[in-house]
Amino acid sequence: MRLVPEIWVGVAVLAFAAIVFQQSTAIPVSPLYARVGPTVVPYATAFALGILGVFLLVAGFRGGWSGDDPEIALPVDWRSFRWLLLGLALNVALIDALGFIIASCLLFMCTARCFGSRKPHVDLGLGFVLATVAYVGFAKGLGINIGTGPIEALF
Amino acid sequence: MDTLSQLLNGFAVALTPINLMFALIGTFLGTAIGVLPGIGPALTIALLLPITFKVDPTGAFILFAGIYYGAMYGGSTTSILLNTPGESATIVTALEGNRMAKRGRAGAALATAAIGSFVAGTIGTVGITFLAPIVVELALKFGPAEYFCLMTLAFVTVSAVLGNSTVRGLVSLFFGIWLGLIGIDLQTGQPRFTFGLIELLDGINVIVVAVGLFAVGETLWLASRHAHGKDELLPLSGSLWMTREEWKRSWKPWLRGTGLGFSIGALPAGGAEIPTFLSYYIEKKLSLKPEEFGNGAIEGVAGPEAANNASAAGVLVPMLTLGLPTSATAAIMLSAFQSYGIQPGPLLFQTQANLVWGLIASLYIANVMLLVMNLPLVPLWVKILAVPKPWLYGGILLFATIGTYGISQSVIDLMLLYAIGIAGYFMRRFDFPAAPVIIGMILGPLAEQELRRALTISQGDWTVFLTRPLSATLLALAAAALLGPHIYAYMAKRRAA
Repeated sequence: MRLVPEIWVGVAVLAFAAIVFQQSTAIPVSPLYARVGPTVVPYATAFALGILGVFLLVAGFRGGWSGDDPEIALPVDWRSFRWLLLGLALNVALIDALGFIIASCLLFMCTARCFGSRKPHVDLGLGFVLATVAYVGFAKGLGINIGTGPIEALF
Repeated sequence: MDTLSQLLNGFAVALTPINLMFALIGTFLGTAIGVLPGIGPALTIALLLPITFKVDPTGAFILFAGIYYGAMYGGSTTSILLNTPGESATIVTALEGNRMAKRGRAGAALATAAIGSFVAGTIGTVGITFLAPIVVELALKFGPAEYFCLMTLAFVTVSAVLGNSTVRGLVSLFFGIWLGLIGIDLQTGQPRFTFGLIELLDGINVIVVAVGLFAVGETLWLASRHAHGKDELLPLSGSLWMTREEWKRSWKPWLRGTGLGFSIGALPAGGAEIPTFLSYYIEKKLSLKPEEFGNGAIEGVAGPEAANNASAAGVLVPMLTLGLPTSATAAIMLSAFQSYGIQPGPLLFQTQANLVWGLIASLYIANVMLLVMNLPLVPLWVKILAVPKPWLYGGILLFATIGTYGISQSVIDLMLLYAIGIAGYFMRRFDFPAAPVIIGMILGPLAEQELRRALTISQGDWTVFLTRPLSATLLALAAAALLGPHIYAYMAKRRAA
C-alpha cells in the first residue's frame, strides 16, 4: 500500500471533528433551553465531520484523489515560497510597532521577490507608495482607523 | 402593472447622480478585478464591506452589484487573451476563446463575449424584475420549518452537487458552519468555541475568512507553484466588429446560454460553473460546424459567456427574495445586508422597496455601462493584464492586510487571516472548494435560528419537518440531490459489470 498525503487529510478532519465535539461538551446549557439549546448544531457539526473524516480516510487509503490532476501534486517551489512566508511573518511581527505602512511595504517587497522580481529597491518604493495611498484612502476616505506608526502620524 | 411602477420608481432612485456614480465605480472596479487573475468579486466586496459604515445601503448595494456583474464581463477578457480564467465561471470561455485569439480573432471573441454578456445580463435582469415578486408571494407562506429545509437543500446543492466530490464539498461546508458558530449564541447568550479568547466572543468576521481563503490562500498556492507557471498574453488581434456570419452563429447560443444560466442560477442551487459547462456541451452538440470546437468555435464563447452573466442575475433572485445566498459573492452581500441590520427575505420588498427596486433598476444601467466599457475600452483592460505578477500579488496581500487589520487593529485578526490562508492553501492542494465555507459561515447561523424556531413552535417535535408537505418535499429533494448521483453511478456500474 502506498502512503499518500491524502491520508493525513482524513486524519486532520477526524482530529478536527474530535476538537469540535470536545468543545461542544463545554458549552454551558441552561435547563430552560435544554430541548433545542445551543449545543444541537455544534454536536451535529461534530458528527458530520467525523463521518466525512472516515470517508476521506478510506479514500486516502485507496490511493487518494490528487492523481486526477497532475498539476496539483507538483512539488512546492520552496526557493520562492519562503520569501512569501517571510513577508507574512514580518508583517505580523512589525505591524503593531512600526505601523501598517512600513510593515506592509516589506510584505509587498517579499511577495514581489517570491514571484520573481529581482529589483528589491523598486519594489520597496512602489510598495511604500501603494501602502501610503491605501492607508490614506481607507483612513480618510472611509474613516477606518488603521492604527498608527511613525509614517501614519504624518497624515 | 404594479411591478412596472415599482421598477420606474427604482429608476428614479438609480438615476440620481450619486447612485449613477456608484454604479460607474462598481462596474469599472468589477471589470478590473474580473480581468485580473487571482481577484474575484467575493474578495473585492469583502474588502469593501467597511463602506457600509459610511455609505447608505442603496449606494453600497448598487456598488456591490456593479462589481458582481462587472467581474463576469471582465473575466472573459482574461480567459480569451491569457488562457488563465480570471474567474471560475469563465473557465469554459478559455477553451474556445483562447483558440480564437491564437487564430487572430481575439477581437471577435471579445465582442461576442461582451455582447452576449449584455444580452444575458439584460434578459436576466428582466427575469429578476418579474420573477422576484412571484417568489416573494410564495415565500410569505414559508414558516421556520420550510426555511430550514430550503436552506438544507441549498447547503446540499452548493457543496455536494456542484463540486468535484460530495465528501470534500461537505467538509468545506461544515468547516464554514463551524466558523459561523464561533462566538456568543444570540438566543441563550452562551459563548461557543471561543477557546477562552475575548476576541472571539463577537464571532469571526466574514471579511477575515473571505480574504484569508481568496487572497492569502490563493497567493500562497500560486507562490508554491511559481516555478512551474508560464502564461502567454496574446495580442488583441482582429477587428472588434463581428462579421455577418459571426453574428449569425452567436445569437442563438446567447439566448440558450441565458435560459440555462438564469434558470440554474435562480434555483436554490446557484453556481455559475454548471450552466457554463452545460451551455458549452449543448452548443457543441447543436453546432453546424462541430469540427471547429477545440479550434476556436465562436458558439463556444457566446453560449457560456451568456450563461455566466445570466446566472449572476439568477443568483440575486433567491438572495433578495429568500435571503438565500448560493454563491460566495451573494453570501458576502448578505453579510453586508446584516451589517445594515436589514434581513433579506420577502419582507424586504415591502420594507425596503426603494432599496430593492433601485438596485434592480441599477442592474439595467450597469449592463449598458459594462457593454460600453468592455467593447470600445477593451484595450485599456488589456493593459491591466500586463501588470507584472510580482506587483499584482504584492498588492493583493497589501490590500488583504489593510482590509483585515483595519477592522480591529488587532494582530490576532491578522494571525487568524494567515491561519485561514494556510487552511485555504491546503484546501487548494487537496481540492476542497472554498465557496461552501463562506456560504456555510453566513447561512449556517440563519439555518440554526430557523431550526430552533421551528422546534420551539413544535415544542421539540422533530417530525415537524416531515409532516408539513412543503418542508418534506424540500428535504426529499435535498436527499435526492445528495444521494441520487451516487446511487445512479452505483447502478450504472452494476449494470456494466
